[in-house]
Amino acid sequence: MPDFSLPAAVPISWYLILSAVLFTLGIAGFLLRRSIITVFMSIELMLNAVNLTFVTFSYKLKAVDGHIFTFFVMVVAAAEAAVGLAIILTVFRNRSTLEIDEVNSLKL
Amino acid sequence: MSQFYTSTDHFVLLPALLLAMFGCAVLLFDFWIFPQEQLRKHLIWFVALGEAFTAIALFRQYSFLNEHGGELVAFNGALVIDGFALFFHWLFLAATLIVALISYRYLEVREEHHGEYYGILMLAQCGMFFLASGTDLVTMFVGLELMAVSFYILVGFLRTDKRSNEAALKYLLLGAFSSGFLAYGFSLLYGMAGSTRLRDVATAVAARDLKDPILLMAIGTVSVGLFFKVSAVPFHMWAPDAYEGAPTSVTAFLSVGSKAASFALLIRLFTALGAARSVWEPVLAGVAVLSLTIGNFAAVTQTNTKRLLAYSSISHAGYMLLGLVAGNDRGLQGMLVYLLVYTFMNLGAFLVIIALNQKDVAGEDVADLGGLIHRNPGYALLMLVFLLSLAGIPPTAGFIGKYYIFMALVEAKMYFLAVIAALYVAVAVFYYFRMVRSMFVEKQEHAGPLTTSFGMRAALVVTGLATLVVGLYPEPFVRLAQTSLMR
Amino acid sequence: MPIDPLFFWAFAALTLGGALLTITLRSAVHCAIALIASLAGVAGLYLLQKAEFLFAVQIVLYIGGIMVLFLFVIMLVNLDAAARERQFHKRWWAGLAATLATGALLIYYLAKGASGLRAAPMPAQPAGNTEQLSDLLFSEYLLPFELVSLLLLVAIVGSVIMAKKRIV
Repeated sequence: MPDFSLPAAVPISWYLILSAVLFTLGIAGFLLRRSIITVFMSIELMLNAVNLTFVTFSYKLKAVDGHIFTFFVMVVAAAEAAVGLAIILTVFRNRSTLEIDEVNSLKL
Repeated sequence: MSQFYTSTDHFVLLPALLLAMFGCAVLLFDFWIFPQEQLRKHLIWFVALGEAFTAIALFRQYSFLNEHGGELVAFNGALVIDGFALFFHWLFLAATLIVALISYRYLEVREEHHGEYYGILMLAQCGMFFLASGTDLVTMFVGLELMAVSFYILVGFLRTDKRSNEAALKYLLLGAFSSGFLAYGFSLLYGMAGSTRLRDVATAVAARDLKDPILLMAIGTVSVGLFFKVSAVPFHMWAPDAYEGAPTSVTAFLSVGSKAASFALLIRLFTALGAARSVWEPVLAGVAVLSLTIGNFAAVTQTNTKRLLAYSSISHAGYMLLGLVAGNDRGLQGMLVYLLVYTFMNLGAFLVIIALNQKDVAGEDVADLGGLIHRNPGYALLMLVFLLSLAGIPPTAGFIGKYYIFMALVEAKMYFLAVIAALYVAVAVFYYFRMVRSMFVEKQEHAGPLTTSFGMRAALVVTGLATLVVGLYPEPFVRLAQTSLMR
Repeated sequence: MPIDPLFFWAFAALTLGGALLTITLRSAVHCAIALIASLAGVAGLYLLQKAEFLFAVQIVLYIGGIMVLFLFVIMLVNLDAAARERQFHKRWWAGLAATLATGALLIYYLAKGASGLRAAPMPAQPAGNTEQLSDLLFSEYLLPFELVSLLLLVAIVGSVIMAKKRIV
């Protein structure tokens, strides 16, 4: 099979900066949005930025350890999502709102 | 290819294996032989049995290290048993056992007594094992998440209580957020070292220029994640909410178990980043002073005892961080001693708050402590000991912890930090004294006996004795911390 | 004509566009769909960096598993009322300031530090990505692999406890 890709064509730094921007967007969503579901999705964005960094460094180092960490981060994300969504369901059942600043019977 | 799962690996992993096994067994036996509500409290024997086996495994590791010295490395450097790890394993074991003992009566009163509680408790302890023993970024991260996910569930265990739901949600969102930061930092560390083993990371950091932007970013993001986990200011906002809303027994576990495990992780990581000490030391000092300031001053105005203890635990985190800032052996030793006494005195204080909880009384206000001396003199006197210890008054254990931190700061010639740390003791005395005054001077709010049980009385004796004995006769415990740090 | 940069820009645009829409769109369902687009973009970037296994896992586990879970929950809880109200916090300026500061720091430092990085040359006879990964996963990383099973057990038990109305 002929090799079409030119590995040196895309600099490593592009990937790293892209993942930093993605991480920042995740932080923005986490800090700015009111809907809890969207806040949760922003965390997924952050974790994806982490994964992208790992894969990029793996690509740079030509070792697959980073891929393994990415794999574990994905599993952790799945576990967190399952528990988190179950907790969201409980909150919703008890008070039927999902706005983050209305979930405040605890003093802030 | 090297050999995997050797007998050394097994020997090192054994405590975690036992914890995982007994944790799963509790989940299994819960619906098999304990379907009746009133029999469910006997699951505590299962926990005790599991902890006893774990203690045997830990003791064998302890005697092995005594005989041969040094450390035991397993799984190609992913897991290590040294004095430091063993110290924390004993601490986790004591904390989990005491929390299990004080839980069952409380959960019965709150009508959420399910067997899964104990299973998750032990699996959380299993996660802590990997935080203290892990020397590989992947293992540490997965262990941290095992502990954190267990705690998210435990915090929300009172499913019909809105405050518990919200506490779980806030804790989960902020916990996942901080894990994201930590993982980002790990990815940068991996990029620098080309390996996830902590020793390779340490070598790579030592070889780097200290102005290397990637190194700075890695230290920054890892620190943010860790400061969240140990609830240091300015990343502390989850702690008061999670502490207040969680079931009180879980609050107790959160404030000692999770905190001790996070400190173990923090010490391991910052030690690996030791070559860049000049970068993180000022940051750590600033965070410690901020934690002392915010923690102490915010505690003054609290009327809810759980919130008050949450802010006080933030200030205790500040003291412990100062031990790492001092950077000498005595500082680390002080941190370990501080964690040891903090575990017992804080568990004791929460235990008394649990005893105040009745079917229709939350018992979480400072006013609810009113007239405790007439209601139950024993509990009131022991609470006095715990509060004096938390404030750091001699001859209680809390004084010993603070004393070593001050000594370390003086030895490192950081007089300014030592003076600040000492001054905040005065503020702490003020708000702990409010609780003491409520117990001894103010009139009784509620009639009726306290909610107690055999387990609670046993735990009260243990925590009370530990707080007094460490205070009056600290040498063996200080020596224990000292030998734990010898490599 | 090098084809990699073209793909890179396409996937990067998909990733960042999806992410931007995720954090700005009003309806939760739309947010979820934008997030799926973003995740697909990241999957494409994995493929560009020769991580075939992760590409597949990203599609199957993230998009097929986690996002479907999200959509389930969005359908289960009624979010219509929420969509009509304010989308952002009252104190959005504080969050924005924190985000901008963090983002600027991250991007500035990474851009400065990463410019010198070059990919190591390809080994002459590289093994397949999936093969290498499985070798490592079941030898070097056996311990975390087993540990993750405990994590998933806790997650399963926990979500059942949380979501069930009555536990026996």
